[in-house]
Amino acid sequence: MAATGTFAEGRRSASTWDALRRFWRLHPGLRGLALLTPALIILIVMMVAPLLLTIALSFATQTGFAIDRTPTLANYAVLFAEEGKLYRILIWKSLWMSFTATIAVVLLAYPMAYYLAFRVHRRKLLWIILITVPFWTSYLLRVFAWKVILGFNGAINSGLITLGLIDKPLEFLLYNPTAVTITLAHAWAAYAILPIYVSLEKIDRSLLEAATDLGDGPLRRFLRVTLPLSLPGTIAATLLVFIPTVGDYLTPSLVGGTSGIMVGNSIAALYGKANNGPLGAALSIAMMLAITLVVCAFLAAIGPKRLRHKGA
Amino acid sequence: MRSQTISRLLTIFAFAYLAFLYVPVLLLPLFSFNDNIYVTFPLKGFTWKWYQSMAANQPLINALVASIQVGFAVSVVSTVIGMLAAMGLTRYQFPGKGLITSTIMLPLVIPYIILGISLLSLARQVLNIDLSLWTIVAAHVLVCVPLSMLVLIARMEGFDKSLEEASLDLGESAWRTFWRVTFPLAIPGIVSSFLLCFSTSFDEFVLAFFLSGTESTLPIYMYSLLRFPAKVPGALALASCILLGSIIVIVFAEWYRRRGIQAQQEGLV
Repeated sequence: MAATGTFAEGRRSASTWDALRRFWRLHPGLRGLALLTPALIILIVMMVAPLLLTIALSFATQTGFAIDRTPTLANYAVLFAEEGKLYRILIWKSLWMSFTATIAVVLLAYPMAYYLAFRVHRRKLLWIILITVPFWTSYLLRVFAWKVILGFNGAINSGLITLGLIDKPLEFLLYNPTAVTITLAHAWAAYAILPIYVSLEKIDRSLLEAATDLGDGPLRRFLRVTLPLSLPGTIAATLLVFIPTVGDYLTPSLVGGTSGIMVGNSIAALYGKANNGPLGAALSIAMMLAITLVVCAFLAAIGPKRLRHKGA
Repeated sequence: MRSQTISRLLTIFAFAYLAFLYVPVLLLPLFSFNDNIYVTFPLKGFTWKWYQSMAANQPLINALVASIQVGFAVSVVSTVIGMLAAMGLTRYQFPGKGLITSTIMLPLVIPYIILGISLLSLARQVLNIDLSLWTIVAAHVLVCVPLSMLVLIARMEGFDKSLEEASLDLGESAWRTFWRVTFPLAIPGIVSSFLLCFSTSFDEFVLAFFLSGTESTLPIYMYSLLRFPAKVPGALALASCILLGSIIVIVFAEWYRRRGIQAQQEGLV
């Protein structure tokens, strides 16, 4: 009795197995999905779940060392209330510092990428390698270098004193927002050149010749042909630098001092010393929303113009 | 005449830009040989002592070993997962492919501090696991899988799919086709992915900072040195060694990649 039962079950599972195998063979897309599964599991377990957890945490309350999970908007209320003024200022300041650094990075990177795309003919690969080497080196080292340069007894101050140009160190160099902006602009420089270079390199050279033949001078040709066509790469570069720098932790904590801290430091402090993870979570969400808003506003401001050029 | 002036200005700018990229970083090795506890001009004299003291520094050696272990684990795991995903995306058609691709790339655009604190919450509050080098490995795998995929997708799209089809038509199994056709052709991409993941993990600070337990990796160790002025020369020597190491790796990676391109052009691949 029992034996026949197992036998029947075995038969049924064998035929299900066959059906599955046939399905598998008939739908190669499934194999593609199966190959993607490990990557998707990593993504769901290690990014989606933790982010949802942070969102959930932002609605909880810290009571001593325990966390009260009753949903509440209290943390967000704090961010909007008088006592949260500091956090609002911090978000504004971080956005502003990143924005300044991003503009500096893109303005410096554009001519470099232009030179690389249009003026370098021989040894192009050497130039590309020279520009990408800093991209590969440690971020920490690049920030450390600026601490050495800008320090109270650092390279600039001691150098100027040795040369006899100043007689006491300039105090405004280190531990302030400007130091953070300069360091960010340098540390992220390498990230902007490649996207801009790629979009400049793709421009059809005959379009430039056509513009010249039709009577455009170099400046008009640049403004009417080169610049609009390189806009996608330039926008990519802008976002690639702006988004990560708003939440930067390392640069402000090494060269920012107390006046140069950014929202990332505040989030870390809330999770650590201040022992208020829920408020830290709310601040993280607020920061993400602020970044998203700025990016959307930026794309909205630039989008229509770009579309018009495409249409023309 | 005017365009010549612009051209000359551009050239000057390009060299100035290179100087801006390199001079700050090159000050680190310069000062690491300076016989002075303070990082100041004028330079006092040449010394090896900051390098000599590194050899006897047990915490530094521990951190270096930890970083190499973490980097190795991260690059192996990320490259395997990245290879599977790249094959899935380049060899098969299925609905929702675009959405899946862009979702997998998301970890690259989320600020690391958010990933760090979120993973910390997951580890401590939900899974209740102790922080260790393994939690750092896990966090680094999350950011390295997309990098690995970018490199490997480019490589997999670069060679002819019909080679694999021919192998299957001639009666090889999918498994043997992978090892005898796909894998050998993908090796340059696999090596690049490995190096990229290793160097990303080796240099990464923020995620490691939030997810490290009692053992620290090299960037965390170096960060801790920077808080004590007396330890800065030691940090300079360490930084110079890391710099030299990265440059060797990059030059090797570029040389290897160019060799691959050359072989391809000669019709060997």
